[in-house]
Amino acid sequence: MPHLSTYVGLADHSEETLADSFRTIADGHAHVADVFHTCRMLAGWCDDHRSRLSEAVERYGEQDDVDEPERLHAAGLAEPREGEIGLLRDLQDLHVLATLVQTTWVVIAQGAQGLRDEELLEIAQHCRGETERQLSWLTTRMKTAAPQALIVAP
Amino acid sequence: MTQDRIDDVWGERTPHARGTEWPTRVDLHLHDGVREEEVERWVQSACLLCSNGCGVDIAVKDGRMVGVRGRATDRVNHGRLGPKGLYGSTPWASSPDRLTRPLVREDGRLVETDWETAMGRIVAESTRLLEEKGPLSHGFYTSGQLFLEEYYVQAVVGKAGVGTPHMDGNTRLCTATAAAAFKESFGTDGQPGAYDDIEHCDAVFLYGHNMAETQTVLWARILDRTRGEDPPKVVCVDPRRTAVAEEAERTGGVHLRPRVGTNLALMNALTREVLENDWVDRDYVEAHTIGYDDLVATVAPYTPEEAERICGTPADDVRRAARIFGESEAVLSTVLQGFYQSHQATAASVAVHNLHLLRGMLGRPGAGVLQMNGQPTAQNNRETGADGDLTGFRNWDNPQHVRELAEQWNVDPMTIPHWAPPTHAMQIFSYAEAGTIGLLWISATNPAVSMPESARIRRILGGDQCFVVVQDLFLTETAELADVVLPAAGWGEKTGCFTNVDRTVHLSEKAVDPPGEARSDLDIFVAYADAMGFTDEDGEPLVKWRTPEEVFDAWREATRGRPIDYTGLSYDKLRGPSGIPWPVDEEHPDGTVRLYADGVFPTQTEVCETFGHDLVTGAAHTEEEHRALRPDGRAFLKGAPYSPPHEEPSEDFPLRYTTGRTVYHFHTRTKTGRAKRLDDAAPDAWVQLCASDAEARGVADGDWVLVESPRGSIEVRARIGPVMEGAVFAPFHYGHWDPTGLCPDAETRQANELTMTVWDPVSKQPTFKTAACQVTKVRTDERRR
Ligand code: SF4
Repeated sequence: MPHLSTYVGLADHSEETLADSFRTIADGHAHVADVFHTCRMLAGWCDDHRSRLSEAVERYGEQDDVDEPERLHAAGLAEPREGEIGLLRDLQDLHVLATLVQTTWVVIAQGAQGLRDEELLEIAQHCRGETERQLSWLTTRMKTAAPQALIVAP
Repeated sequence: MTQDRIDDVWGERTPHARGTEWPTRVDLHLHDGVREEEVERWVQSACLLCSNGCGVDIAVKDGRMVGVRGRATDRVNHGRLGPKGLYGSTPWASSPDRLTRPLVREDGRLVETDWETAMGRIVAESTRLLEEKGPLSHGFYTSGQLFLEEYYVQAVVGKAGVGTPHMDGNTRLCTATAAAAFKESFGTDGQPGAYDDIEHCDAVFLYGHNMAETQTVLWARILDRTRGEDPPKVVCVDPRRTAVAEEAERTGGVHLRPRVGTNLALMNALTREVLENDWVDRDYVEAHTIGYDDLVATVAPYTPEEAERICGTPADDVRRAARIFGESEAVLSTVLQGFYQSHQATAASVAVHNLHLLRGMLGRPGAGVLQMNGQPTAQNNRETGADGDLTGFRNWDNPQHVRELAEQWNVDPMTIPHWAPPTHAMQIFSYAEAGTIGLLWISATNPAVSMPESARIRRILGGDQCFVVVQDLFLTETAELADVVLPAAGWGEKTGCFTNVDRTVHLSEKAVDPPGEARSDLDIFVAYADAMGFTDEDGEPLVKWRTPEEVFDAWREATRGRPIDYTGLSYDKLRGPSGIPWPVDEEHPDGTVRLYADGVFPTQTEVCETFGHDLVTGAAHTEEEHRALRPDGRAFLKGAPYSPPHEEPSEDFPLRYTTGRTVYHFHTRTKTGRAKRLDDAAPDAWVQLCASDAEARGVADGDWVLVESPRGSIEVRARIGPVMEGAVFAPFHYGHWDPTGLCPDAETRQANELTMTVWDPVSKQPTFKTAACQVTKVRTDERRR
């Protein structure tokens, strides 16, 4: 099942990227207390997803090189931006990354359904649910930050 | 004259049996040298010095307030008053250091001026900022201590005049979690229970609520049950062995001592026990709640043993407490800062609702929940929307609700900021720190002492990046840092209403004139609105009201049809023997003692005050998500897993620091510190640690210790006492202001130097109870040498 293993690999890697990015943003905006603490907590969720997935990685392997040429690279956020508008952009980038993770779980769940792999299905559904909660938080936090950042921030 | 209530805090017992009326006992205190027959007038009011809101009459002689008497007819206190109410209600008013004239900053110093100059500066700054940056440049940080009418006008001025979402009150520090928990469980704010439930319950659970010190008259009410026939069992959740904890042991209840920051793990274990033993009212749960299966799954891992591991509370104690909850017929639960200001505040408070919903224990005598407030009138801040709520328990995320308000105020709905969640206090201060809020208006509160990480707050207020207006009775630690200081009238010097925890509305009448040029907060806001030329759609003044009663009548209209309905109330009606609990409308002309008796909750998507939040992250649910759940009048059962607090003890800071209120103080002591009896009783700060922690540090009772956290330090006396091992408790009322000038630690005793800038994800209430600290001895108690 080369393509399922591709997606297992994608989930593993993109969760890792998301976790790293959450931590980068947490540290970069450490003076914004809720962003700092929440991003670190959400990074922990990504770690947990990866450890849940590890069993599937063993069973299906994880495929790095895909037949399909990789067009969209999710490189993660290496550097935080500064200030209120910077925070807004960083949250937005996290949202893009988390969307990639979320749809990856959707795809894996479909594969797991097809294979009647209940274990993998449960993992995919659980992780997808939590990724959706990460997305909701990012949306909520962006809505909060937007007016001040857009209109008043220097 | 009433006996000494300093030593005998709760007064004489008047025990009575379950289901019988709480006996009346009238408490009275007059200033030294004033005899009862010399009192010229008694003026109807209610006490402001804690959220209990006891009915009082103010004694007036020679144009001054000279004492108070409990109102025998009042449903809240049946005549009783506690030490703060008795001794702290009136002396501040004639204190020689009252602010009597406005002050403005000149060359770095505050100097006296007239109203025209002071208001002129505010208006000039305000106008400039509105032109240059728009409404988001303004922030209002209000109090828990204004009257309903003043909050309402402030809400109108801020939301429809200036048009800023940056409005909050120090109610955020005390009562925000109560409101948030109601909204998450029941759809809107509003206390389901009543104080009368004390007379009917057979068990009382106090969660993080040291009622014996925070609401002394309410505690007297409980003592009169526990010392009478068929006493209820008391269960106390507190890391300290308080008077409540002692009463729990005495009544055959339980004292649960969770480690600071672990409340939710304990609540999950209690919930699990109730489920495991099937103490569940299945019919009620089926008919009136949603979310049962998720809750069962969430609490499944929290066995009593797991709770013991996380909380340090013996598993058998958890079992016993759960059994009391499960086997009682009518449980009254009360919740306060031990939950609200701690880790996972909203989730832990919602868990209390879950227990009541599972047992079908709401809306009937004795079966109630009291999510307390720390402040009187804090409720009104929430109701009127001078804080982060939308007026009349409306939902900022519901366009129809915003339209209703816009019609009421005759403004364009777009003026009323509703396109983002309202800004909470900590965020307001961050914007002020960054200078994107350029004008911060603080009324009747003292954030330089009351907010977490106080050194940071002082920097923000003292900096040049933000113009700070403070209106208050005295030159508080906060006012000292302001650019303009406005002298305000206080309680008894103005008329208005306020509403206590159990929704009882009282009218407080003006007894005397304020000193000098001091003005009521209402007059100040009206003057600002007029000077700014705020108008409605027809070009008429936005704020059309001049007297408190006119404002009240307008407010009633703003509540029409909402769960909080005041339409049946009027000043005349409130001049009766007692306060009246809302809703008061055609259907309930005499008010409503308990909400949700019929098990129908205001959770319909069209009605609710919020679409709800993820209790773990604080993410807001959308209207579509809410609609998809089809709550349709059912309450939400909502659970969340426990997570460790933000700051765990470390090698450098091995102890857990927690703060709280004690009996003789109220809010940063602005009033209570000026009452000699109260100041004498508790002139100074201290920290409490347990014997083993003290011994390990060579600290004896009374020694001076340095308490440090990663953010700051204090130097105060140590008291060795029954606090949990590994925990350190400090009272949070003391700033550098010292009425006698005799306290050697006045500059080094502010508890919030140590606390963290962090808040609950849902209620946004700052955490004052979970920080790591170290204690070291500085010097031996000089009195022992
Ligand atoms: S219990 Fe509270 S409201 Fe009642 S007298 Fe004491 S301080 Fe005032």
